[in-house]
Amino acid sequence: MSKSKSSHIKVSQSCISERASTLPPSGIRKFFDLLSSIEGVISLGIGEPDFVTPWHICEAAIYSLEKGYTMYTSNKGTPELRAELARHLESRFSLTYDPDDEILITVGVSEGLDLAMRAILNPGDEVIMPDPCYVAYPASVSLSGGTPVLVPTTEEDNFEITADDIELRITRKTKAILIGYPCNPTGAVLSKEEPTQIAELAKRHNLLVISDEVYGRLVYGTEHTCLATLPGMRERTILLNGFSKAYAMTGWRIGYAAGNEEIIGAMTKIHQYTMLCASTMGQMAALEALKADDSEVDAMVRDYDRRRRVMVKGFRDIGLSCFEPKGAFYAFPSIKITGMTSEEFAEKLLMEEKVAVVPGSAFGQCGEGYIRCCYATSLPEIEEALKRMGKFIKRHRKT
Amino acid sequence: MKQIFEALEKDARMTPEQISTMTGVPVADVKKAIKKAEQDRAILRYKAIIDWTKLGEEEVLALVEVKVVPQRNVGFDAIAERVYRFPQARSVYLASGTYDLAVLVAGKTMQEVAVFVSEKLAPLEAVQGTVTHFILKKYKEDGEVFDGGGEIKRLPVTP
Repeated sequence: MSKSKSSHIKVSQSCISERASTLPPSGIRKFFDLLSSIEGVISLGIGEPDFVTPWHICEAAIYSLEKGYTMYTSNKGTPELRAELARHLESRFSLTYDPDDEILITVGVSEGLDLAMRAILNPGDEVIMPDPCYVAYPASVSLSGGTPVLVPTTEEDNFEITADDIELRITRKTKAILIGYPCNPTGAVLSKEEPTQIAELAKRHNLLVISDEVYGRLVYGTEHTCLATLPGMRERTILLNGFSKAYAMTGWRIGYAAGNEEIIGAMTKIHQYTMLCASTMGQMAALEALKADDSEVDAMVRDYDRRRRVMVKGFRDIGLSCFEPKGAFYAFPSIKITGMTSEEFAEKLLMEEKVAVVPGSAFGQCGEGYIRCCYATSLPEIEEALKRMGKFIKRHRKT
Repeated sequence: MKQIFEALEKDARMTPEQISTMTGVPVADVKKAIKKAEQDRAILRYKAIIDWTKLGEEEVLALVEVKVVPQRNVGFDAIAERVYRFPQARSVYLASGTYDLAVLVAGKTMQEVAVFVSEKLAPLEAVQGTVTHFILKKYKEDGEVFDGGGEIKRLPVTP
């Protein structure tokens, strides 16, 4: 994979656009390079399920290849998948979307996010989002010429963004609120009242809401509220979701966007020039995933829940304060008792104990002092990682 | 409660303390639930799934289809009991279709299995006939795949 130094073509700085060169490098990437050089590492730094895609889904994709479904699909995605998605949203959330004009199949939520930003932002428009948040949120706004406006969230407030904090940051340029709950990296979910407050605020200030709900199926002991279901929100919400997390289909790259015809139309226009369509095989697999009953997904959720409890208790037992994550598959313990920055902590932990975690600062300033640990990892690995981290904390604890 | 038994079914060596952590159910309640399940024979036994060939042990398995004459008042149960009391009969099922009992017979050699079928099983009065299929290779047992499987191909760090 790695090229020899001499084969690199020297590109002068000026060849690269200002937009690309000012984009900060992903904090995760840097860590990845360091990690690849060490053996015997237990990684809690992974952002995807440890289940392989259920076999009936893979089998459907294989069958579609055998039947010769190897061509482009409609830009919007196959009619069958959009129709099935419309049925799914109707039965799960009582949300009605026209599969012809209000649903677009995207290459993962990542593409949906990019399209949404490109479709709605003019230069200088502001998008409000929580800090810490998924690494692509601020970048997607910047890449579309907008300005990300970060709202600090704290452990004390369960890393939940509040309508009051959002309102403080609304200006004439504010175009939208971008939220993703359950949250990567914190595992936070929105409480019962908050979505209603955010919805009221959005209506009052005529803002759009982009809601990334890709972890919506992975909640524990609580219910996920789909933002678009709140009164008056369907029209102003761009609902982004996908198959990666719930169905363990990260590598298939299939997501979707649902929203009003005007916005989905604009997103589709960009999508047809930049992506043409999502992979046909992946769409066939996604259709099968939706058609099946929920038993396999439910079993995965119960399995994550058991490991979640082990990890959270484990952190508390070794002296780290850990907010209780109620969604996704991440725990976000505080490492402040070591006095280290998250990056120092992650690097030292990797070198001394061979456990990889992601520094919270990779997800924003408010992630400083925390680390993201994924519990979509086998139980013996979680237990071994906790043991090693326990030794590490004992050595480096300051308070 | 289902969570307790799901955890145990995945790994029977899990302690009540571990299960308590995983499910949020207090340790005492976990112990009570397991004890009751054992008493009710909802939990029959704790076992390991072993690939004997990897340990250098030979084992011969055969699936024997048994056609029987059901008996007045007791139907298939009496003959099934006659069969399952033999330790060689590892599993016994009543099946629909062209035969009645499906019997999984285990032995050290083919000879041993053959002798059991011909001298113990076939001569039973209610047994009309048997068809013996020797198992050539095990791919999957109780949800576990024998070869391969398991390996997860994930990058060590992803966003």
